[in-house]
Amino acid sequence: MPNAVPEETREACVSIESVNDIVAARRQGRILAERLGFSPSEATLVATAISELARNIVAYAQRGEVVIRATSQAGRHGVMIIARDQGPGISDVKLALQQGYSTSGGLGLGLPGVRRIMDVFMVDSGPDRGTSITATKWKI
Amino acid sequence: MAVPILKQSKYLIATIQSALSDTDLVLLRDALAEQVGKFRSRGVIIDVTALDVLDSFASRTLRDIAYVVGLRGAQMVIVGIQPEVAFAMVQLGITLNSVATALDLEEGLAYLDGRLRHAQRGA
Repeated sequence: MPNAVPEETREACVSIESVNDIVAARRQGRILAERLGFSPSEATLVATAISELARNIVAYAQRGEVVIRATSQAGRHGVMIIARDQGPGISDVKLALQQGYSTSGGLGLGLPGVRRIMDVFMVDSGPDRGTSITATKWKI
Repeated sequence: MAVPILKQSKYLIATIQSALSDTDLVLLRDALAEQVGKFRSRGVIIDVTALDVLDSFASRTLRDIAYVVGLRGAQMVIVGIQPEVAFAMVQLGITLNSVATALDLEEGLAYLDGRLRHAQRGA
């Protein structure tokens, strides 16, 4: 039951400084999703989305953090992922959302795929403020 | 955690552990490229049964490994992609392109045996 998740385990913040932190971040996401009652398939989607977002941090900003939070709205429960860094920012967010997933030639950010699987997806990015991506997946 | 590579007659079998980091994958690529030559292996099986996430980087690296192994003259097959992982890959649009896949180790071995027989007949 979602209500059974203790307050202190409803949020995890994983500092991302190397590729090895990606595994820790997605593990936290899976743990929270499963605690909230997500199906194994949905929990895997959340973990994969975290993996993609955390990898972008390492690849483009070197360091940052991923916050994984239990959230609820109008009786629904979900997992919110906030991936943020102080890196160079995404110069063309629209472009990054268009082409990321092509196997060749795309920007390779993986953002279109992540946007597709998450229910809420927001990107705030600029050269002066780094990148902050917030994505939420509701439990079905 | 390095990926253990088992040599079984003319094949190499790499069994990936659950918490596979990017570094492990890159090390695996290099180790397989070298060992295919060292053991004159004809096929490589990568078992991902324990893997809980196959994201775009992992998929790309597996594609690269298949290409490298192919250039070294061996066949590669990925076995054990779990149902949830397959579902997530489809949802995210992550592809393995032309990399061969099989249900499990047994099917993977059967696939390589078949490919090898085919190659020998053609020779």
